[in-house]
This record gives sequence, C-alpha cells and structure tokens, in this order.
Amino acid sequence: MQIDFSKIFAIVIASIFVNNFVLARFLGLCPFIGISRKLDVALGMGISMTFVVTMSSIITWPIYHYILLPYNLGYLSIIIFILVIACFVQVVEIFVRKFNPILYKALGIYLPLITCNCVVLFVTLLNAQDRLSFAESTVQGFSAGVGFAVALVLMTSIRERLDTADLPKSITGAPIAFIVAALMSLAFLGFSGLNLIR
Amino acid sequence: MKNNLACFKSCFNRGICAENPTFRLMLGLCPTLAVTVTLENGLAMGLAATFVLIGSNIIISLIRNFVPSEVRIPCYILVIATFVTIVKLVLQAYFPLLYAKLGLFVDIMVVNCIILGRAEAFASKNQVFLSIADAFGMGIGFTLATGAIGAIREIIGSGKLLGIPLGAGYFTPALIMILPPGAFLTIGLIMAFLNKMQALSCARQKAN
Repeated sequence: MQIDFSKIFAIVIASIFVNNFVLARFLGLCPFIGISRKLDVALGMGISMTFVVTMSSIITWPIYHYILLPYNLGYLSIIIFILVIACFVQVVEIFVRKFNPILYKALGIYLPLITCNCVVLFVTLLNAQDRLSFAESTVQGFSAGVGFAVALVLMTSIRERLDTADLPKSITGAPIAFIVAALMSLAFLGFSGLNLIR
Repeated sequence: MKNNLACFKSCFNRGICAENPTFRLMLGLCPTLAVTVTLENGLAMGLAATFVLIGSNIIISLIRNFVPSEVRIPCYILVIATFVTIVKLVLQAYFPLLYAKLGLFVDIMVVNCIILGRAEAFASKNQVFLSIADAFGMGIGFTLATGAIGAIREIIGSGKLLGIPLGAGYFTPALIMILPPGAFLTIGLIMAFLNKMQALSCARQKAN
C-alpha cells in the first residue's frame, strides 16, 4: 500500500483551515459556544477531543472495511460507529481513572461529553463515505481534532476579553458569541481560495 | 381527561416558546446552522428531527422501567440511531435530491443534543402520552427555528424563497448569507432580538 503524501498534506490543510470543522462545517458547536469560557478548560477539551477523534478513526476503519463492507452492511454504519465510539470513550475513561488519576482530573470530565459531539461521528462517517485509506482516515481524524482545538482556543481567547467589554444587555452571552464566530468564520473563508487537491 | 389534556397542551407549548430548543436551550446547533441555506432545507431538517424525536420518545418512554440506569445512555443512543437510520433510508429512497443536500447531517442527528436531551430529561421519566406531546412541541419549535433561519438566509443570500425569485431587480443578494458566516450572524442576531423583546415585555409588566 502506497501512501500519497501530497494527498495527506492536502487533508491536513483542508480539515484544519479550509474546511475547519467548527467554522466551515458547523460541527461541535455546542461545546464551542458552551465551553469557550476559560482557556485551560478549552485546551483540555481540545486535547481530549483530538485523542478521541484520532482513535475513533483508527478503530472504525477496519470495522467498516473488513466487516461492514464485505457483508453489505453499510447501512448499519451509523449504529455501529456510535456504539463503538461510546464504548471506546467509556473504556478510555475507566483506564485513565485507574492508571493516571492526575490526567483523569484534568481530562476526565470532558470525556463523556465527547461521545455526544458531532465531530467524532461525522469524521468517522466521512472517512467511510469517501473510502479513504487507513493512513488518510487517521490523518483526517487527527487534523479534525486539531482544527476543533484551534477554533475553540481562538474563540475562548476572544471571549475572555469580551467578558470585560461593555456590551448592550440583550447581546451579551450567546448572541455576541455567535457574532464573533461569524467574524472568525469570515476570516477562515479566506483559506477557501487554496486549491490543494488536483 | 381534561386534566390530561391541559398537561398535554402545556408540554406541547413549552417546546415552541419558553424552552425553544434552538434559541432558548441552544441545543442541536450543528444541523440548525449547517443545512439552513434555504427554507426548504431548513424545514426538511426540522421535520426529519421531529420524526426521530417522536419515535425515540415513544420507545424510550415505553422501555423506561426495564432499562437499568447504568446503561441507559447507550440504550437511548441505540434507539435514536435506529430511527435516524430509518429516516436516512427513507430520504435516500424517496427524496434523493434532498438527501444529497442534507448529506451526512442527517446521520449526525444521532448525536443531536435535543433528541438525547429530551430522551434523558423527559421521556425517561414520563408516560408515553406526555412524551409524545413533548416530542411534538420540541420538534415543531426546532422546525420553526430552522425554517426561520433558512428563510432569512435564502431571502438575503440568494434573493429567493422556496426557489421563487423575490423582488427581482430591486436588490442584489448578499452571497455571504448563504456561506458559513451568514449562519452564525443570523442566529446571533435572532437571539439578540429575542432577548431584547423579552426584556421589553418584562419592563412593560413591571410598569403595569
């Protein structure tokens, strides 16, 4: 199996910048709006997210290509993938709690939340839909997580400043967060001129 | 019976207004923003979510006494995933064009927080009758929200409504509204408007 590095590079740039999973594809908005209050929390969430998405891509790829596809069970992919992700997250949580209590304290609270995050399921389904190779799906999973983390950290840094700003009362909180997201999304739109996949 | 009906009504109304899933609870934002490029897409997404909500609320309410509480979340997700698969297959079979537009966002409904949230917060504690009312109310509230965002973005972004051109020649559509930033801007402004309205009506009540 040959690995096409130009395609892998294109996937990395595409999922972090051009099609950023939060700002261009609207995935994982609930934590994006809900959790973006404190920078260290956002970092913890971003790191846990990257780990879970990468691992889910790695786990679901063989399931899809060696079990679901050969037996024509492609239509079951939603049910199987969400079960696999939920079980995997549960196992990681138990494992981390047992062996690394410090890490558990830092990341543990975000893990259950991530099961219910659309980014994870979307990436695995997208890998399956586009029939990406194993290396490509792993890279896509990892860069989706990084893209999410980048957007979350940027948003949090802006919102930490916004807390001290003097805003009209009806616009504080969620509305201004969305308007800030609109401006960030506008900035990320600038990347869409990059045409990396020939 | 009359009491039941009143309960039904209050459960139904709550989802539309006071606890509107999109504007008040801020749940299920991903599909709300991603697919609402046109009114048609918004309504389709809303109705698909309503169907899944009703189906999953009925089943979860029926099985609520048999499922041990430790494994309830995976069970709920399985029930929801089954209904989402049904919706996906129906859309693919009968509305292939619509499915092509909504794409993976139909699949993503499995992890939509509205559906799981209602399962956990309402259907797992209430009887079937009330759960249906709750699902209907939440579903319609969600459909109204996606429809409103879709209509605004379609009118301003492409100068059409349901594919019919409006006010031809009087204004040039702003493309930005059907691109991702437009979605964030629309929902932010609608929320701000609703907040302002609520503040005004509160002030009026105080004055009286």
